[in-house]
Amino acid sequence: MAVNERTLTPQGTKGAWKKQLWNSKTLIIMCIPAIIYFIAFSYAPLPGIYVAFVNYNYRKGIFASQFVGLKNFDFVAKSGKLWSLTKNTILFNLAFIVLDNFLAVTVAILLKEIQSKWFRKVSQTMMFLPYFISQVLVGLLVFSLLNSDTGFLNVVLKKLGAEPLRLYKTGDPWPIIIILVHLWQKTGYNSVVYFAAIMGIDSAIIEASMIDGANGWQKIKHIILPSLRPTIVILLLFALGGIVKGDFGLFWNLVGRNPILFQPVDIIEMYVYRATVSDFNFSTASAVGLYQSLIGFILVITVNTIVKKLEPDYSLF
Amino acid sequence: MARKEKDYDMLDSVSKVKLTGSDYVIRGIGYVFITIFALASIFPFLIILGTSFETEENIISYGVTLIPRSFNTDAYDLVIKGGTIWASYGLTIAMTLVGTACGLFVCAMTGYALQRRDFPYRNAISFFIYFTSLFQAGLAPYYLLMTQTYHLNNNYLAVLLPLMMSSWLIILMKNFAKSVPHELTESGKIDGAGDFGIFLKIVMPMLKPGLATVGLFLALGYWNEWYQSSLFLQNKTVLPLQYRLYKIVNEAQSLKNSVASQYVDVNNLPSESLKMATAMMTTGPIIFLYPFVQRYFIGGMTVGAVKG
Repeated sequence: MAVNERTLTPQGTKGAWKKQLWNSKTLIIMCIPAIIYFIAFSYAPLPGIYVAFVNYNYRKGIFASQFVGLKNFDFVAKSGKLWSLTKNTILFNLAFIVLDNFLAVTVAILLKEIQSKWFRKVSQTMMFLPYFISQVLVGLLVFSLLNSDTGFLNVVLKKLGAEPLRLYKTGDPWPIIIILVHLWQKTGYNSVVYFAAIMGIDSAIIEASMIDGANGWQKIKHIILPSLRPTIVILLLFALGGIVKGDFGLFWNLVGRNPILFQPVDIIEMYVYRATVSDFNFSTASAVGLYQSLIGFILVITVNTIVKKLEPDYSLF
Repeated sequence: MARKEKDYDMLDSVSKVKLTGSDYVIRGIGYVFITIFALASIFPFLIILGTSFETEENIISYGVTLIPRSFNTDAYDLVIKGGTIWASYGLTIAMTLVGTACGLFVCAMTGYALQRRDFPYRNAISFFIYFTSLFQAGLAPYYLLMTQTYHLNNNYLAVLLPLMMSSWLIILMKNFAKSVPHELTESGKIDGAGDFGIFLKIVMPMLKPGLATVGLFLALGYWNEWYQSSLFLQNKTVLPLQYRLYKIVNEAQSLKNSVASQYVDVNNLPSESLKMATAMMTTGPIIFLYPFVQRYFIGGMTVGAVKG
């Protein structure tokens, strides 16, 4: 209707625009609290990114501090820290993405094999528990299992007459521990999506394959896995879009307070957190944060473009 | 879902007739693997639970345990007598209730408006909200804004407000609202109801699964919150539960502050069992409640939360 009026007179265009605004006033008002919220907490911090380009002075504030160009970026880049943070963040995420999805698919397929409904429900509920607890408790759980004095692992080792493992004295085993804890916490949750997808497979297809004499492994290989492929591809792609975003809560609560442990596994979020909260070095923190945001932004846009080509229904925007 | 489950059970009855060798092998692996994984998922909790009822001397001599050698509730007594845990409980419950109620209402209102096909600005506003998840300012500018501009340091609003909404929850709610038939809105209009009236009286009652799912995500976020607290509530005496646990786990002084000095020598505290008892008390409500609400979280994942 608006198009028709526009072709009539310029005045009509103006009237239609006003009319449209008036007609949707209630819906606009309904969106206003959320709009104000996102302005206050997501858009308002954006000008503050400028702190990455100044030598921040607390008394002068961000915008009156001395402009230093890219010096803050140079500082973290030249020391090699930026590269090691990026490398750690990406490598951990790659490990998480590959292993998370592999294990989640495995669990989903095996869950389908469980015949007893009761057994399936109870085990699924048990596997879901770690998703619901805070990362603080995860830190305490890991400490209770692994610390060298009272930890469960060393209680068992002592009983077996073996030497205790002093895992909190060296950084070497922590990449593996972090990955295992991540799998422990996320697999129950991740497998739900795949389990729902398996349940969605037309039972007639599986039935037909069994009449044709397909065995268990053949069913998995030729029916279940191919039908999960779109789900796997989409989830993997979106995970790749977030590959520079670290799981701060997990890292911080496992190793964040112990320099011996965190130095070899330091990720971008931990560095930014320390620089902000402990060192009050806002300019460096913001430089690293901006670098991460920009890469993340480019990656998400790229991934979305790819998904749009593959499966337009699943694209984000 | 219910229908598929039924199909699947019918399939079982067919498969019972024609199972091959590898079917049995995979089924066997399934039972073993899932049993181990499920037990491993709850094992650390059982350790914490068992050790929380153990005496400090036994923990130090024998380590953590599933079954306490000398069952006692000293650590719990000490946590409860300290008294301040109830203040933390009160704070966390209040924040969870207020934050979830406010966040839920705004998310539902916005989500409903943004899926209305006759709302010409829906795409512009959706993108405005969605963009916040694509590009963020980062921690340092956010921290400076909250402390220097809003002056929210040591203010509970610094925790309450940032957890109230996210673009993801609004999109999730929008997708739930899409499943409410548009005809209901149309008939409401014909009856002369305003858009807000339609939302409140007609759509809200139909939106219960969405409200439950988004509400539970919000409530879990508030209950488990420690991160914003670690940024902004460092000098508060009454702390949210998980941040209290965080401090007790990480700082010896906080452990001493958490108990009342008239009951025990604070320099000779049963620190290990105290940590365990605090962990159980701060997490207990979740462990009891989550089996009953987990299906709503599953709903959140499968309702097509991906699409914006």
